[in-house]
Amino acid sequence: MKAAIELKNITKTFGSVYANKNVSLSVNKGEILSILGENGSGKTTLMNMISGIYFPDEGQIFIDGEEVIIRSPKDAFKYKIGMIHQHFKLVDVFTAAENIILGLEDGKKFDIKAAAKRVKEIGERYGFIIDPMKKIYEMSVSEKQTVEIIRVLYRGADILILDEPTAVLTPQETQKLFAVLRRMRDDGKSIVIITHKLHEVLSLSDRVAVLRKGEYIGTVNTAETDEIKLTEMMVGQKVSLNIERDEPENPKERLEVRHINCISREGVPLLKDISFTAHSGEILGIAGIAGSGQRELLESIAGLQRLNDGEIFYHDPKSGKVENLRDKTPMQIRDMGVRLSFVPEDRLGMGLVGNMDIVDNMMLRSYRKGKSVFLERKGPRDLAEEIIERLKVVTPSANTPVRRLSGGNVQKILVGREIASSPTVLMAAYPVRGLDINSSYTIYNLLNEQKRRGAAVIFVGEDLDVLLELCDRILVLCGGKVSGIVDARATTKEEIGLLMTKLQEEGQNNAE
Amino acid sequence: MQNNDKHLHEPRIQITKRGREAMPWYKAWGVRAAAIVLALIVCAVIIVFLTGYNPIRVYSEMLKGTFGSSRKIWNTLQKLAMLLCISLAVTPAFKMKFWNIGAEGQTLVGGLAAAACMIYFGETVPGIILFPLMAASCMLAGMIWGIIPAYFKAKFNTNETLFTLMMNYVAMQIVSFCIVFWENPKDSNTVGVINRMTEGGWLPTIFGQKYLLNILIVAVLTVAMYIYLRYSKQGYEISVVGESENTARYVGINVKKVILRTMALSGALCGIAGFLLVSGTDHTINTNTVGGMGFTAIMVSWLAKFNPIVMALTSFLIVFLERGAGEIATTFQLNESVSDILTGIILFFIIGSEFFVQYKINFRKGHKEEKV
Repeated sequence: MKAAIELKNITKTFGSVYANKNVSLSVNKGEILSILGENGSGKTTLMNMISGIYFPDEGQIFIDGEEVIIRSPKDAFKYKIGMIHQHFKLVDVFTAAENIILGLEDGKKFDIKAAAKRVKEIGERYGFIIDPMKKIYEMSVSEKQTVEIIRVLYRGADILILDEPTAVLTPQETQKLFAVLRRMRDDGKSIVIITHKLHEVLSLSDRVAVLRKGEYIGTVNTAETDEIKLTEMMVGQKVSLNIERDEPENPKERLEVRHINCISREGVPLLKDISFTAHSGEILGIAGIAGSGQRELLESIAGLQRLNDGEIFYHDPKSGKVENLRDKTPMQIRDMGVRLSFVPEDRLGMGLVGNMDIVDNMMLRSYRKGKSVFLERKGPRDLAEEIIERLKVVTPSANTPVRRLSGGNVQKILVGREIASSPTVLMAAYPVRGLDINSSYTIYNLLNEQKRRGAAVIFVGEDLDVLLELCDRILVLCGGKVSGIVDARATTKEEIGLLMTKLQEEGQNNAE
Repeated sequence: MQNNDKHLHEPRIQITKRGREAMPWYKAWGVRAAAIVLALIVCAVIIVFLTGYNPIRVYSEMLKGTFGSSRKIWNTLQKLAMLLCISLAVTPAFKMKFWNIGAEGQTLVGGLAAAACMIYFGETVPGIILFPLMAASCMLAGMIWGIIPAYFKAKFNTNETLFTLMMNYVAMQIVSFCIVFWENPKDSNTVGVINRMTEGGWLPTIFGQKYLLNILIVAVLTVAMYIYLRYSKQGYEISVVGESENTARYVGINVKKVILRTMALSGALCGIAGFLLVSGTDHTINTNTVGGMGFTAIMVSWLAKFNPIVMALTSFLIVFLERGAGEIATTFQLNESVSDILTGIILFFIIGSEFFVQYKINFRKGHKEEKV
């Protein structure tokens, strides 16, 4: 089989860090190749060098057997390479067709109608459903992705690189995307997909190339491998992929959310009549497409979001008193003796201050203690040292600004601080996003530890496999509403996937 | 292998941000020092080209203008103290990412309050009551000028840059208005030196130096501001709000309260600067009393990265450039613009040197050439 792209001894460094070291691999024509590796293993950097975002320090790139130099995305298009980035690069107020022809210089007259016609043709050819005249801001995430893919095809790409394309899709949308990708492969195109999800690799690709810490480990035929072997290649050691899950011990009502409603300043409803109860000693998972109200729900409980309606009751485990947390500020909640910890989604923008060192970040929650007008840094310093040691945080010292740490270490600092106050309620939003497997398991263990301690843990996750293994119950959000609360031990991924889009479809049916 | 990329060659220069490996401090200061030396060389070339004078002589005149006599040294220190005082005042606001460009007006109303006290009470009220009264009213005036934009920012999220800028003009108009009332002698359209004979409300001369008290007050303020920003709970809140308002909300800091409190402090310090300018230096007031220092202070504060101790250095640099440039303009009978050009070049190099501290530049060889 002929190689469409061949990489030889590619090396790329950022400062003294090797993002890629001597990587050689090839992509054949008419195949789907998965690039598998943990976060930070250099997958995206490698693909960015093919698509012209970065330029390699050393090494050569061959296309159809000829050495090429790719200095910009324009060069990449010349060699018929197109990349679909994880974060979409679309202009919101433009239509699909306008976005697709944006920046295209083919010497022809600007003709939006002809373009729209071609867009439709491409869509039909591979089984996409797209309305070229729809504006981007009216589109769902999966539609936006379709626009990105067609944009690349429109420019005649034969080699498509997709960076984590399924991260934002529901299981059903993922299946549709995979069907399209298979059709493109059968049409002779080469597809590269970057992912860290093993089951996707196994169900979609023909071959798998594995990277670990920037180094190329090897390529295997998908048919001849399995999850355990791939994980071992990825991590470099045998890892047990099972997450522990104990039965909840003596669960009692801890947090009771009753009919809460929340409307944004612009008048858009964010949360609609949400009710649930979180128990002590259990992990309640929250699933849903990104932006279904997860953030607003957690922020409402934490006292950061004004509610228009509804109540949030906290059952104090010591005194047995029931208190209403609605319309309380985070300070008032703490003064009431509620030990509520919150690991927000935006770690450096909300949970921590990137430019401050670890010690100063430890103080964020506790600096007010005491009557003195001056800060007391001894306690926070001890806490910082303790967390660094216990959670094995890799850092030059406790005085290093947290923004200089890697994603996993930043998260350990944040989670470490939040559990240091022995919370009775612990909320965590996407706590393992961007983390490698070992760090992810550290976080799962910490959540389990809190569950055993008797805290009510609320875990917002995106990987349904993890939610199913870790949680006791799963609440599914859809468009700001609860579309179901299921027993995680008895449910399936498909059932949750359906619940994630259920209300939307109902809404559409009603509208029709 | 066919070579089809004759028209394409590899990029030769790469610029990377020094993220995790920041430059060690001694290297960073080395870069900055090199920038100043380089700036002086470029200035020398320009001096020779434009005027034909010996640049070494020009530079030595600049030094003379700043340090030439004991009177000049005291004048330099006085200038430095005033600029540093206003820089200290704007620092907490800028650290909070509140773009306060209204220091000029805040200082001016402080000075106006001082002048009013001198005119109405200067010759009747004894010093022991007069000076605290003056200090308090100056701080209050500056504070009001600072709090007004802060209140609208906190309440309605107005643009503080425009608001504080406009407040400068309001302050200037009020001063013009008062000059009409206070003019002395009549029809001169100036206030003249207030209480020339009695020196009522003039800050006292200590150890025979009339500016020494000003300088000491600013020195104390500098240390106090350093401690406040670094070791106090309020200073910590300012940093958190400045870095990320979301984090501040998340940990329960009342962002509005911090904005109001910090701008009150910033305005009050400007008020003190106005007090020192009118009561301790000029003994008169006009619309140009602050003379643009409210804007220069912003540069001083940013150059020092909001560190009050380093700000003493950066304000010295600015004052040195201004005084030195003024000196050569008179000695060599050059147009004032020449000194502006020199000041501009030197600042350009100093600010530009930060790029080389933050980023690393790699020059690379094409690998193919190496093999050939």
